[in-house]
Amino acid sequence: MGRYVIRRLLQMIPVFIGSTFLIFFMVYALGDPVAALFGDRAPDPATAAQIRHDLYLDHSLGAQYLHYMKNIFLGDFGTAFSGQPVTELMGQAFPVTIRLTIVAILFEIVIGIALGVITGMRRGKPVDTGVLLLTLVVISVPTFVTGYVMQYIFGVQLKWTASSVSPSAPFNELVLPGLVLALVSLAYVTRLTRTSIAENTRADYVRTAVAKGLPRRRVVIRHLLRNSLIPVVTFIGTDIGALMGGAIVTERIFNIHGVGYNLYQGILRNNSPTVVGFVTILVLVFLVANLLVDLLYAVLDPRIRYA
Amino acid sequence: MRGATRVKWAVGVTAVALTATACGGGTDSGSGGGSGGGIVRASWGDPQNPLEPANTNEVQGGKVLDMIFRGLKKYDPKTAKAENMIADSITSSDSQNFDIKLKSGWKFSNGEPVNADSFINAWNYDALLKNAQLNASFFSYIDGYDKVHPDAAGASSSATKLSGLQKVNDLEFKVKLNQKFSLWPETLGYSAFYPLPKAFFSDHAAWLKKPIGNGPYEISSYTKGSQMSLRKWDGYKGPDAAQNNGVDLRVYTDNNTAYTDLQAGNLDLVDDIPANQLKNVKSDLGSRYINEPAGIIQTIAFPLYSAKWKPAKTALVRQGLSMAINREQITQQIFQKTRTPATDWTSPVLGAAGGYQAGVCGDACTYNPTKAKQLIQQGGGLPGGKITITYNADTGSHKEWIDAVCNSINNALGNNKACVGAPVGTFADFRNKITNKQMTDPFRAGWQMDYPLIQDFLQPQYYTNASSNDSHYSSAAFDNLVNQANAESDSSAAVGKFQDAEKVLAKDMPAIPLWYQNGSAGYSSKLSNVLLNPFSVPVYNEIKVK
Repeated sequence: MGRYVIRRLLQMIPVFIGSTFLIFFMVYALGDPVAALFGDRAPDPATAAQIRHDLYLDHSLGAQYLHYMKNIFLGDFGTAFSGQPVTELMGQAFPVTIRLTIVAILFEIVIGIALGVITGMRRGKPVDTGVLLLTLVVISVPTFVTGYVMQYIFGVQLKWTASSVSPSAPFNELVLPGLVLALVSLAYVTRLTRTSIAENTRADYVRTAVAKGLPRRRVVIRHLLRNSLIPVVTFIGTDIGALMGGAIVTERIFNIHGVGYNLYQGILRNNSPTVVGFVTILVLVFLVANLLVDLLYAVLDPRIRYA
Repeated sequence: MRGATRVKWAVGVTAVALTATACGGGTDSGSGGGSGGGIVRASWGDPQNPLEPANTNEVQGGKVLDMIFRGLKKYDPKTAKAENMIADSITSSDSQNFDIKLKSGWKFSNGEPVNADSFINAWNYDALLKNAQLNASFFSYIDGYDKVHPDAAGASSSATKLSGLQKVNDLEFKVKLNQKFSLWPETLGYSAFYPLPKAFFSDHAAWLKKPIGNGPYEISSYTKGSQMSLRKWDGYKGPDAAQNNGVDLRVYTDNNTAYTDLQAGNLDLVDDIPANQLKNVKSDLGSRYINEPAGIIQTIAFPLYSAKWKPAKTALVRQGLSMAINREQITQQIFQKTRTPATDWTSPVLGAAGGYQAGVCGDACTYNPTKAKQLIQQGGGLPGGKITITYNADTGSHKEWIDAVCNSINNALGNNKACVGAPVGTFADFRNKITNKQMTDPFRAGWQMDYPLIQDFLQPQYYTNASSNDSHYSSAAFDNLVNQANAESDSSAAVGKFQDAEKVLAKDMPAIPLWYQNGSAGYSSKLSNVLLNPFSVPVYNEIKVK
């Protein structure tokens, strides 16, 4: 077990280096950011050269990448064009997005799995058909539509919640954006759980458990659900990274200054330190989430062993 | 037993992860909502660059600088006329040597006096190459600029101070320009020329975190990327003290959300109405919707360095293309009358005295599809048989109007492949292509004035080798008239010469004027006395809160 974790952690190093290099290369390929700093005015060559020098942009791509990685290991993620260290931007953005992600994941787990269990146990009944239809609608409507509609209904018309989130973004203001962010994944979680449960209701161990005379609650939660959760856990695990990186639309609609917002700004302004810095952290989140998922398998199904 | 250890492991890892997130979530401070008495809650965009006067070249940062700073001159929000603010008098006998006297009693909000040194030190800092200020070129008229800021890439400065600046005493200094420029004093209302306190130089990092100025507001808190709270500075002795207790600027990533917040009552002032709301805005806000001309003109510029557009007779093609564009219809249908068809290369906000004159462009800017076709044929037809118009697709919804312009041209020529739009992914890439002279076909161009002067609309864009001459247009006749205008000591004579220069543009058509852009804003019923200045920025200090 311990060896397995160490091996997995070591495997992260090449993945980390490879992905950061790719991102660095892609942002670099977007072009020279300096001209855009001057707006519609053409930059004067001397100032542009000075800025390139200050930003270490006057070196080759390889040298820039090495310089950047060296600084990352020293804890310096560079400076955004606004003069703000990227680490400071991360310090502001990641807590907000992590809170938003937590809200979204909670919705997925609580509502998604509950609906999945209910529909899986009652296949073909009206409840099942209704939920299936509903999830189909949720999956097919783009997030920005549901976002704007919900914002208008609950924020402007009913005034149940603020229509945008304040800079400090406390949990209570993130309920609606979290729900919007979670909706599509929630629908998938419901469908995954439903299929998995429906398959396992006919499994031998469930029949045995029922035959032993165990209470229904215990059969469902300890035996049926636990064994059905493996695909769902895989999905939710990878979804953590996807939600954090893919919150651009939701964050934009509700004016949340999180990771998505910073990435968007970074790309618009060709600001490689911001984009590469944020994506580097997201890569780490992805890797750790995947490791956690693999470790959780063992909890759910003791037959799974790590060598 | 093995099962048990596995569970412990997994639980342990999860617990660590959860603690980590809880830690991140705990560093939460400040609250956003709630407006106290007399505070204006306004929408804002994240400034692109650090907030330094000479390093800010876009509206969002400029907004703040204009609230916390006052310069030698200030532009009247209604007439756009440059009026003395800190300057007591600016005099010159030869349009080249200026004597600037300051009013006494002005102070920065940290108590430092505003004197000749505040200006001289600031301008020397702004112009010095090492400081890489984006607006350094605004000081290029001052004598000695070439030593402090050599033009070639990689060169280093041979002086650290502008030799053209000379202190006489605390309240007087002299400026020597390297050429005659009669309208130069009128440029001094621009934010690049603001004075700076000693604190700026002694602790630069701290100043950037919370800039200190000499204007009607001071910054009480600033969270970069999210919010800035400005409060009325009680020590302000200028004539234009704030009429409200303060302004909270909130960064919005999407102007739709800002507009929604205005409707929901979470925001008082929005100075950028989203295009898709223009249809409803009058019924939503009634008289609380403002739509006023601003000093912004949109054009389609031609790469005159390209072999396609070099031949002299292509001027006829450009005139023909201009005639083929139905400006009236496009401004009405796509922009809901928030733009006005252009008939010259300046802006109506200058007023007649400032040099705006309707119709300088003449027939070339009047929609006439038959004549357009004739002219294009006379000029040898479209180079290569068709044109593309390049634009950046990331912001500003340029696609819609570019398509409409092309449509209009195609209709006039009776050929639906004559003109197509060519999107470029990002603004940075778009600007790079233009700066590196990689364009072969026309591209969208926009000009927002730095100061309300006809000179600012013509010289930077069309003078040979000027800083924003993206077309690389060069005309001896045009340059000559601009030089004459700058040498005039009488400002109305100077304006007349500039207008003559504009007539040269009408003939050569290096850029097709499309329309003047309006500023649009909306506000809640809590506010009154809201107006936009010629730069389409709300005049914050005049706003009254109920």
